[in-house]
Amino acid sequence: MKKLNIIAVLAVLVLGVMTFGAVHAADKLKVGFIYVGPVGDLGYTYQHEVGRRALQKALNDKVETTYLENVPEGADAERAIEQLARAGNKLIFTTSFGFMDATVKVAAKYPNVFFEHATGFKRAKNLATYAARFYEGRYIQGQIAGKMTKSNIIGYIVSFPIPEVISGINATMLGAQSVNPNVKFKIIWVNSWFDPGKEADAAKALIDQGADILTQHTDSPAAMQIAEQRGIHAFGQSSDMIKFGPHAQLTADTDYWGNYYIDRAKLVLDGKWKSDDTWDGLDKGMVVMAPYTNMPDDVKAMAKKTEEAIRTHALHPFKCPIVDQNGKTVECKGGDRLDNGQILSMNWYVKGIDDKVPGQ
Amino acid sequence: MLETLINIFHLIFSESFILTVVTASTPLLLASSGELMVERSGVLNLGVEGMMIVGAACGFAGAWLSGSILVGALSGIIAGAALSGMFGILTLGLAVNQVATGLALTIFGVGLSGLIGAKFVGEKIAPAAHLHLPMLTDLPGVGRILFGEDPFVYVSVALIIGIWLFLYRSRPGLVLRAVGDNHASAHALGYPVLRIRMLAVLFGGACAGLAGAYLPLAYTPFFIPGMTSGRGWIALALVVFASWRPGRLVIGAYLFGAVSILGLALQPLQLGIPQQVMNMLPYLATVVVLVLISRARGTAGSAAPASLGLVFVPDR
Amino acid sequence: MQLVLERRAERSTVVAIASPLIAIALTLVTIGILFAIIGKSPIEALRVYFVEPLTDPYPFFLQQEIAVKATPLVMIAVGLSLCYIANIWNIGAEGQFLVGAVCGSWLAVKTNGTDVGHWVLPVMLILGALGGAIYGLIPALCRVYFGASEILTSLMLVYVANLGLDYMVRGPWRDPHGLNFPTTAAFDPAASIGTLFEGPGRLHAGSIIALVVVMLGAVMLGRTLMGFQIRLVGAAPRAARFSGFDTNKLVLFTFAVSGALAGLAGIVEVAGPIGHLDPGVASGYGFTAIIVAFLGRLNPIGILFAGLFLALTFIGGEGAQIALKVPLDLTKVFQGILLFYVLACDSLIAYRVRLLRTARKVAPANA
Repeated sequence: MKKLNIIAVLAVLVLGVMTFGAVHAADKLKVGFIYVGPVGDLGYTYQHEVGRRALQKALNDKVETTYLENVPEGADAERAIEQLARAGNKLIFTTSFGFMDATVKVAAKYPNVFFEHATGFKRAKNLATYAARFYEGRYIQGQIAGKMTKSNIIGYIVSFPIPEVISGINATMLGAQSVNPNVKFKIIWVNSWFDPGKEADAAKALIDQGADILTQHTDSPAAMQIAEQRGIHAFGQSSDMIKFGPHAQLTADTDYWGNYYIDRAKLVLDGKWKSDDTWDGLDKGMVVMAPYTNMPDDVKAMAKKTEEAIRTHALHPFKCPIVDQNGKTVECKGGDRLDNGQILSMNWYVKGIDDKVPGQ
Repeated sequence: MLETLINIFHLIFSESFILTVVTASTPLLLASSGELMVERSGVLNLGVEGMMIVGAACGFAGAWLSGSILVGALSGIIAGAALSGMFGILTLGLAVNQVATGLALTIFGVGLSGLIGAKFVGEKIAPAAHLHLPMLTDLPGVGRILFGEDPFVYVSVALIIGIWLFLYRSRPGLVLRAVGDNHASAHALGYPVLRIRMLAVLFGGACAGLAGAYLPLAYTPFFIPGMTSGRGWIALALVVFASWRPGRLVIGAYLFGAVSILGLALQPLQLGIPQQVMNMLPYLATVVVLVLISRARGTAGSAAPASLGLVFVPDR
Repeated sequence: MQLVLERRAERSTVVAIASPLIAIALTLVTIGILFAIIGKSPIEALRVYFVEPLTDPYPFFLQQEIAVKATPLVMIAVGLSLCYIANIWNIGAEGQFLVGAVCGSWLAVKTNGTDVGHWVLPVMLILGALGGAIYGLIPALCRVYFGASEILTSLMLVYVANLGLDYMVRGPWRDPHGLNFPTTAAFDPAASIGTLFEGPGRLHAGSIIALVVVMLGAVMLGRTLMGFQIRLVGAAPRAARFSGFDTNKLVLFTFAVSGALAGLAGIVEVAGPIGHLDPGVASGYGFTAIIVAFLGRLNPIGILFAGLFLALTFIGGEGAQIALKVPLDLTKVFQGILLFYVLACDSLIAYRVRLLRTARKVAPANA
């Protein structure tokens, strides 16, 4: 008969160390973070980690922060969030869309814990949502690209067709069309956030097909490096990638969560936290443009002017009228612009993009 | 329709498309070459992904600290070999199950690479220089493809030719194949089965480490965790695709690389095919081609080592 | 000097007890070193990794979570063990899991929002198992009819399944009220597996199904003709051929059963703890289950404990990230080392390590 020594391993482990008691930490506000990727991904998760560190630094004597990284968006997410709640975290940020239902479930079980879910749309009394208006930066990038391109072909490397990515493509196109009506996009979906090799392959394919400006909605600096090698221009994404493309990067659409995390922790400390739907952009410093580089002064001036206009709400990238790719004018639910719901759920392309939204 | 076909034709036979394919195929070829030797000796090491990612982290660390691509490549090789050494001690020395150990090695490797690489995330290096021979590299059409690649590409080609010569044209290669096909007989003939297998395992680890190092040293010259993105698994599958034969391994690696790039490059041409299907192409293509090959040749074409994955403990 | 292994003539009770002790001792030393390096208390680490998840007081949240995590692993691994015993290499359980999840979800999506009754869930489970079985049969058929190696085909079909799922949830099955995010609507209660107890734990009926699977697997392997064939083909393929067993039939059977179990695990996971279909449902269960199968020595009862053990290391690892603030990578390194120890010590039960003074001279072959 085969003996199951694993049972013995477990039994002895339990008996051997059961006697040691628990240790508890001091009475600071505990703030937990759930990340979908590794903190060192140089992209989306890394930016949230930068925000967490900013929070820890700003309120060091009042808060204690913890994170769980690389949490899969399947059945593990709910437990991971609940583990943070059980560990005494009173404010928990779940930083990826895929954590939405899990966050809703745990929030219902822990009414005294405040939850914040990034990029989602389900709220509760103790569950707020927050997101950044990335498309604002992309509109500026579109304008720059429209001015800088000679071939009138912009290469666009994208991960997955989610509304945030689609609205980014549209904002870029609207920005480009505002200065150059002849711009065309070539789009490649790599179906991954984390495959630098594939991003580089896509970048090369786009350049070979005539693109002289690269835009990306993937996280790694691979495309930036290819642009640098091939002597064309590119935009960074999530974080400033100037190091990887000193002659290539025009600017980068970066997200900065630090201000928001500090504000929300302060609200909890002051007992004033309530469930909100926050959607900030350039105005509150949640979207930050990396310095405008490698472009003539007039383009730089234009970019700065547009940035200022968006910041002061004088210009909205999705101002009406907007025509979709089938020539139909889009209903303007926000008065003179698309409303938040339309942008948050965007699944159609604007006129001028002769591609098809995957799955539509 | 015709115009689209002409466009696709131009795309596939353009110099830059082929250059892209070579870069994408080289890590697959390097890693699967090593695994082919391992499996030919009768050992199944499923930890290729783990060894590759540690090779990537150590390769980048070595190159960044020393400023030399060569040092980086050697670091990757040593790291991969070290990990495979652990695998060898467990599976050959202690007769532990190879499949479970290989998978555990991947978990271990992914963690280790993260710990090693953490300090280097956000750093960059100058990628490996491409060959440049006056006259030859400037030849139109084929110049850059044949004479303008990075050094790893030439190493990968030399490696697979060397493996072919070793396996089929040398006595030690014959012994290695004998060990893989029937370890009991090889042992009875007096060959040190476990020592030969250990050397093969170390060689395979070194190749996987080099393949991993290729990513941050030449492909995309920076390190981020998980940058191998499953290439180790593909390398394992390619050995099977090749029916354990070096020649077919080259075909498999380049087929996979070419179809992957095609799945990306065809997207902007607006063929009306969902992007998910385009991204499925390399996997479907390998399955279909394998089925066709197998059907044409039957199982007779396969050089599958009969003792693959079996534990061997010498009787004395 | 040289270390050599010798097969033990008979199993030694002393070693059977001593070997796990060695594994524990090695683990303790490793934890001590790892945590001393990063300046944390090894005792605290041990408590967080192994004791806390097992001694969590009522309502036993962490113990329930261990069972929830182990459920798909055990279900898949029992099916895989049938293949592996017969030397049939299904490494595409992840793909079969996904296809099972998709096929079962089809009904949940179609009946969403309609009040059609309690037959929905059982039919979903059947569809999931069927889908997994059919997907598993593709590599089996490719092997039987074309001689194409199932290792490659089953692995490649994982990627295909992944992208197929991606297409379904981004396209046809997208939740109409989900702001165009890639997820189906939340399943109705009639299409969901509820939790067994009130309170924070998530233990669900799927764990009971997993137990039934373990028992059926044990009975099938030990008591039926098919089980005998599987074991015979694995242990003595030539003898099996001579005795007239049809290997092809066995390939089809084991792939269908393991595919069905992986598919069942997929739909149980989706209808149970997740509650909707989205691209992130698999999380690598199909691959982790391969370790579980071998860690449990391809024995259904062993697989049950191996699954629970692996689940424990996952949940302890999360606890360590929270309580000790160690990076996930350290937990993975530790998990890998732990598996090495357990596997190695397991091997010591079957073999004896002996130290030889002089290495045996290796004579070159003259034959």
